[in-house]
Amino acid sequence: MTVDIDKTDGRGGTPPAGAEAIKAIPVRHYGRYVSAVVAIALLAAIVYAFSQGKINWGAIPDYLFDDRVLGGLGKTLLITVLSMLIGIVGGILLAVMRLSKNPVTSSIAWFYIWFFRGTPVLVQLVVWFNLGLVFEYINLGPVYRDEWSDFMTPFLTALLGLGLNEAAYMAEICRAGLLAVDEGQTEAAHALGMSHAKTLRRIVVPQAMRVIVPPTGNEVINMLKTTSLVSVVQYSELFRVAQDIGQTSGAPAEMLFLAAVWYLLLTSVFSVGQYYLERYYARGSTRQLPPTPWQKVRANMLSLGRPRGAAA
Amino acid sequence: MTGKTSKPGGTSAPGTTSKTDTPVNDTSTPMVKAEGVHKSYGAVEVLKGIDLEVKTGEVFCLIGPSGSGKSTFLRCINHLEKINAGRLYVDGELVGYRQKGDKLYELKDSEVALKRRDIGMVFQRFNLFPHMTALENVIEAPVQVRGVGKAEAKERARQLLERVGLADKAGNYPSQLSGGQQQRVAIARALAMDPKLMLFDEPTSALDPELVGDVLDVMRDLAESGMTMVVVTHEMGFAREVGDSLVFMDGGVVVESGNPRDVLTDPQHERTKAFLSKVL
Repeated sequence: MTVDIDKTDGRGGTPPAGAEAIKAIPVRHYGRYVSAVVAIALLAAIVYAFSQGKINWGAIPDYLFDDRVLGGLGKTLLITVLSMLIGIVGGILLAVMRLSKNPVTSSIAWFYIWFFRGTPVLVQLVVWFNLGLVFEYINLGPVYRDEWSDFMTPFLTALLGLGLNEAAYMAEICRAGLLAVDEGQTEAAHALGMSHAKTLRRIVVPQAMRVIVPPTGNEVINMLKTTSLVSVVQYSELFRVAQDIGQTSGAPAEMLFLAAVWYLLLTSVFSVGQYYLERYYARGSTRQLPPTPWQKVRANMLSLGRPRGAAA
Repeated sequence: MTGKTSKPGGTSAPGTTSKTDTPVNDTSTPMVKAEGVHKSYGAVEVLKGIDLEVKTGEVFCLIGPSGSGKSTFLRCINHLEKINAGRLYVDGELVGYRQKGDKLYELKDSEVALKRRDIGMVFQRFNLFPHMTALENVIEAPVQVRGVGKAEAKERARQLLERVGLADKAGNYPSQLSGGQQQRVAIARALAMDPKLMLFDEPTSALDPELVGDVLDVMRDLAESGMTMVVVTHEMGFAREVGDSLVFMDGGVVVESGNPRDVLTDPQHERTKAFLSKVL
């Protein structure tokens, strides 16, 4: 017995000559099987309950690719992308202003963030829509002049309302990212004679991205869903279209489920995009890039049936 | 010692106003000159009047216990830290300020940056840019600051990486390099700007003992090529062997200075003796 005690390091990979590879029976995790069964049973119960409800499920596939629905979907995407763009650009700008040594710019940024974070988006949207009470006309001299109500279309209201609000949140995310970069990086860049702006653009921001991207992906997904709020300012995006169809076709609840299906689908697609973006900005920070899901699947397939740890 | 291809200062001097500071601008101008330099952080006075001179082409070593202010002084030389009193000159020009009559004017950030181009700095913690490969680290400043073409910068960067013995690591990210290799890339990065002065802030303190030698070899090679170097170090062997001058600092003042071989073997002050008896 005692003779068999070999120092194989616990690693089964390549045992030294003469040592026998460990073939042990792995620990059984019975709890996992039990919890899986319980979870599946609960899910089945919920699905059954819904299938028995007074909902005409057949209406959903009928309208899933309806032209009006697809049009609303396009507008939802457009508003999401454009207002996130305003949010990100504005957020970076505000974060830099906030961290600036200039007390005027940092105060302005502070005030902006305080105001736009401190009031609900829904209220902001409605205020933008009704700002004609304050500014009757919009007058840009000879270039443009119009009544506020004509100028502030539902589209513009939605864009400004969501974009400017998002900028305040993005500013805080960007600021956290900028602060997370080691001060030695700025010093090294300055010591090489780089200006503040170049240091920020070439050295600090690329490293801050690693911290900024994950919560930004979160914000995109949030924004996609928040766009449903702009239905209150008469912008006919997915949610509003779904409601309209629901009222005329006599299947209001069904159309809400339809909207939910589309939102879920889009957020899933965005999550995949976020994964690859994070992977891109992780370069240099880890010795090896994390595998893509596809690479993971392949590695798992190859390692099936082989002893553990043997996967290359 | 003067075998260095010395720039007469004309090309790098951003303005002619500095001529009023020190009329002489020939080879006899010390590379660094400190006159009563004071520096405090709030109420804590870190430098209490430093006077010293670093001649062009020499290797100038700063030693002393931690907290003695040697790193702070080094960082004052390229204006990473602002001094509170006294005068500090690099190559005959005031650091961080411009003097007109008896009034001092703060330099703009862009003017400070212009002067930093000519001063290389190597940090204790390397501070390589982690999102760039070794080669990209080295070409960054020449391309972005000096406006050198990418192909030309790469060519030169390869030569520099070869000089520090890392020709085969050009494509590696810093996280894939050992500490000693990272520090050598950092030296190559500083050299890529063709500095007239190199500052080393405890370049081997964060390294495993067996990696220290490689970095010191590179520094020795650099010293032999005639580079003016100010080195904050705990490597007494390096100071004795390569150093031309040595200063022992403690509590924010220069306690003792002179030839490294003399100071290290026969220190005059009690404080120096006590320090050296612990580190040697």
